[in-house]
Order: sequence, then structure tokens, then C-alpha cells
Amino acid sequence: MRARHAAQDVRRAKEFEAFVAGAGGRLTQTATLLTGEAPDGNPRARRLLTFALAHTYACWDRLHGEDPYDHARRHLAIRFADTAWHQYATWQHYAARDRARRRLAGPLAGLTPRERLILVLRLYEGVGEEQVAALLGLPTERVHAICDRATATVLHPPPAPSPPLPGTKAATT
Amino acid sequence: MNRPEREAAVRQIMERSVPRLPPELHTDAVRHGSRMLRRRTLARRLMWLLLWAAAVAFAVWAMVAEPWVEPPSETTPPLTDW
Repeated sequence: MRARHAAQDVRRAKEFEAFVAGAGGRLTQTATLLTGEAPDGNPRARRLLTFALAHTYACWDRLHGEDPYDHARRHLAIRFADTAWHQYATWQHYAARDRARRRLAGPLAGLTPRERLILVLRLYEGVGEEQVAALLGLPTERVHAICDRATATVLHPPPAPSPPLPGTKAATT
Repeated sequence: MNRPEREAAVRQIMERSVPRLPPELHTDAVRHGSRMLRRRTLARRLMWLLLWAAAVAFAVWAMVAEPWVEPPSETTPPLTDW
């Protein structure tokens, strides 16, 4: 019994290492695009990906032929949607959201978390519209519309808002 | 610019920035994943233990209390002589 468990552990470790070596790069890029961080400074993306991969590792023996990449990607998306929702719920003002967005430096930094999630899943990962809709619990038309809007925003970014003048600060707060 | 062209352009923008694969990703994932597995095993064992204890407790109580035996009536006197 113990020997069988040990053999299973060794096999799982080997397979998982090969999986991370093969898919880690692409998953890192997906996570970095999701969080909107710069490619060379992506602590949040790393944290997200580590937990998604840990989940895949824990479920490795029960995947039963399911693609581990699919599993990791799904958990990445779910975890990201979850954390983004909590952040959104705790943000008090649009100003705070804009400040947080301005700190991001990735190519999708100008989008909202949900727009990033849908755009990355649809276009970068090539997941079908129906699957994205089912994963996020949205109607398919809504996913379609959000994807279109996000595409337009990325290709034609709106002009950056001018920094507030020092004298107007007292009036806005 | 039609839809496929727009999508291709966005795809190109997304593929332009390539982050470095973090070297500690595999070890961190394995560490967290092993902890998850250990916790799951522990939780499963605890659940079985609890289930077993509940079953034993129920059996002992049933043997002692014998709830299937009709309790003696306290309101109606026993019906005799008719």
C-alpha cells in the first residue's frame, strides 16, 4: 500500500514537472495578460498561477483524461474573476479604480478586469464563446459584446485623462 | 477593418510582450499542491472517523434504550376481564 503510494507520488511529480516545463511559459503569459501587469513585474500573476497550478497538482490523479492545461487555465480564470470581484466590491470610488488601473503597465492595462478576462480567454486562448459564457455565468451575447468593446478599446485607446491640477484637489475630495 | 483583422491585431498586441517563466513556479506549485493533498487526506480521515464514531454511538444507544419496544402505557389501565 505504502509502496504503491510512493510510486504514484513519483509518477505524479514527473508528469507534473514535464507539464509545467511545457505549459508554464504560456500560462505565465496568460496570467500576466489577465492581471494587466508589465511582463517584467508581475507578482500578482505569479501568485495566481502558482495557486492554479497547485490546484492542478492536487487534482492530478483525478483528472481522468482531462487536459491538465485546460484545468489550470480554468482555475486561473475562476480565481482571477473571484479576486477581481472582491476588489471591485471593496473599491469605493471610480477614482480609486482609475488609480489602480493607471499603475498597470501591460498591453491590456486600459481594460476592466472582466474585459481582460473575456478578451484573453476568447482571443489569446481561443476558448469558444459559449464556453466563456458558461464559465463566467453570462449570456453569450454579452460575452460577444464585451469582447467587441474590449477589442475596440485595445486598438483605439481613449486619450489618457489629464492629471488633476493642484488647485482643484480640494474641490473633488 | 473587419472583425478577423481586428482580432488578429489584438492577438498580435497580446503576443508581443513575453514574460519570463518564473524559475520557482514548479517548486512553489508542488509545495502548495502537496499541502492541499495532505489537508484533503486529513479531512477525509477525520470524516470517516466521525462517521464511525457516530455509528458506534448510535448502536450503543439503541442497545441500551431499545426504542423499538412499546413503552408501558401511563394513561389507560391495562384492559383485562371482559
